[in-house]
Amino acid sequence: MKRLLFFAALYISKILIRFLRLTGRGGSTLPGRVARRVYPGILRELAAQPRAVAIVTGTNGKTTTSTILARILRETGQSVVHNSSGANLLSGVTTSLVSFSNLRGEITADVAVLEVDEATVPIVLDEVPAKVVLVTNFFRDQLDRYGELEYSVSAVKRGLSKLGPDAKAVLNADDPIVASLGEGLSAETVYYGIDDPRLLHKNRSHASDVKHCGGCGAPLEYDGYFYAHLGWYRCERCASRRPWPHLAAENVELRGGEGTTFSVKGHGGRMTLPGLYNLYNAMAALGAAVTLGASIDAALGAIESFESAFGRMERLSVQGRKVFMALAKNPTGFNQVLSTLFRDGTNAPYLMIAINDRIADGKDVSWLWDVDFEVLADKQLEFVVVSGLRAYDMAVRLKYAGVSAGKISVEPGLPAAFTKAIASTPQGETLTVLPTYTAMLELRQYLVRKGYTKAW
Amino acid sequence: MELTLCHLYPELMNLYGDRGNVIALSRRCQWRGIRITIEPRTLGDEVDLSSYDIIFIGGGQDREQRLICSDFRFKKGASLKEAIESGCVVLAICGGYQLLGRAYITLEKEEIQGIGALDLVTYAGDRRMIGNVVIESRVDGLTGTIVGFENHSGRTYLGDGLSPLGKVLRGYGNNGEDGTEGVSYRNTFGTYLHGSLLPKNPTFTDHLIRLALLRKYGETEITPLDDALEQAAHREAIRIAGEVS
Repeated sequence: MKRLLFFAALYISKILIRFLRLTGRGGSTLPGRVARRVYPGILRELAAQPRAVAIVTGTNGKTTTSTILARILRETGQSVVHNSSGANLLSGVTTSLVSFSNLRGEITADVAVLEVDEATVPIVLDEVPAKVVLVTNFFRDQLDRYGELEYSVSAVKRGLSKLGPDAKAVLNADDPIVASLGEGLSAETVYYGIDDPRLLHKNRSHASDVKHCGGCGAPLEYDGYFYAHLGWYRCERCASRRPWPHLAAENVELRGGEGTTFSVKGHGGRMTLPGLYNLYNAMAALGAAVTLGASIDAALGAIESFESAFGRMERLSVQGRKVFMALAKNPTGFNQVLSTLFRDGTNAPYLMIAINDRIADGKDVSWLWDVDFEVLADKQLEFVVVSGLRAYDMAVRLKYAGVSAGKISVEPGLPAAFTKAIASTPQGETLTVLPTYTAMLELRQYLVRKGYTKAW
Repeated sequence: MELTLCHLYPELMNLYGDRGNVIALSRRCQWRGIRITIEPRTLGDEVDLSSYDIIFIGGGQDREQRLICSDFRFKKGASLKEAIESGCVVLAICGGYQLLGRAYITLEKEEIQGIGALDLVTYAGDRRMIGNVVIESRVDGLTGTIVGFENHSGRTYLGDGLSPLGKVLRGYGNNGEDGTEGVSYRNTFGTYLHGSLLPKNPTFTDHLIRLALLRKYGETEITPLDDALEQAAHREAIRIAGEVS
């Protein structure tokens, strides 16, 4: 009977996946939900099959990190299955595992890399025997959906406490909340981070969240910040401090849009993904891959060949102009993109910013006031076209950041805004487009229709 | 002319872009040639708040709010009460608004004392009130719509002698029941509205600046500014709030 229900659930779910795909709706929630209704043990049975399951969670960088991790493992000769970023809740994860299994209900892959939403981590870990749980960072993000940052942190903490001694927690040493998750676990901890004091800033940016010791609540002292609350910190009261990372990026050279070079334990690395936040993504993936048995050299090789995950960052050519599009979904992400684009010597004078307030973007656009758009005011900006459902909020933000009103033009419709921005960008120059999540999806649909890029 | 603004706990009480309010106040002063100095005051600072022209406090997450709670009560409370009574211009958002009241009653019926500057009480709720808000204000000098975004589970009830900042047209407001939002007492305003609040409500921002100048210089006229963008954002917010409900 149990077998029968398992296969009934599997087939119904597979048919639904196929049906939704054929009708162009995609949709990753329904098939998993139906499968769980028919046979609640389905995720448990499927997840027990790969040799290893690695779970990737945290506020920012889940998709990029898990995609790099999958790439590294593949290049070391393992077969890997990896869920898509839209499927990171319980039913989505179930849908993904159903789609990875063959008609005999088997998943033959060596490793499953699963991106999991923070709040979902403890319930996923009830059913999935993870070998590795990787936590990237904790930032304020879309609070209107989950209430508070504390809730995400405690959810992940509860999840980690379920891991046995044969599992490993791969944690960001430079994020004090993530690092504090390592205390009191049965699982072994592996810390990664950045060991390059030249990159430390003395001042904290406005968008940073955490300033208090996870152990005793006293304010943390920082030797310096890499960005937001990531940095080298210690607590004067209870003497807890940033853990020494087992795997650290040293000799880091940030080359703006050109990418980054660095080294890990004397092995040279290079990546085309720009910015410090992508270096963290790469180090996180390297940490998890090495924990799963990959060599540092193999991991660095795969990182070097990695281009971009899921259109988080994309380069196109449109009517003789170059277009650089980078997702900017929350204050920290946005500040990172801005600091990468406007690092000394580089500049992005032709700019389009598109802000939507759909559920996936966060209904509340207050976060725009936590982004340091003031950096744009004294730059050589030629124009900023603002677009999206909240174009006027963005325009007001830029005005109050000190961008002169004559340079701001408001065009709520995305295709119209893009057309205008392209027309205003000189031939051969680069138009930089910074959309929120759904604005990026919408804009991409338009670009695909126009034949400027391919659908994902 | 010059004004001094005290930003209370800027690094702890800045949930949902509340610093946008300070940016809006300071820009709109600068654009008029009014010098404005922003002074952050945080945990441990003993401070005479009535010496400031404008005082701002934003909202915080539970953790931050717990951290500042006793400092606010014992180190700032008396001084802030005095400032409020002396007609100082005060804007308090969300958590900061709750803390001005008499108490916050948790779900376990535990009573956390506020500074008691205003006769209002907040009860913890088990349901978050989230969404776009439009209110209509009848406050003298501030009549018209105010727009923002609310995200709170506390339900605030005003004592009999207090008037709200406005009447809820869209959204939940103070408690989701009595149709009131925020509080207005002398030159003190408390509200649940983020957004950030002031940038999209330039009339409100200018009202605060005018009140501060009136108290300090007896001046009531301020130079009008070109608010086309701000007003467009305001109208859009009303439209979006209408669609949502």
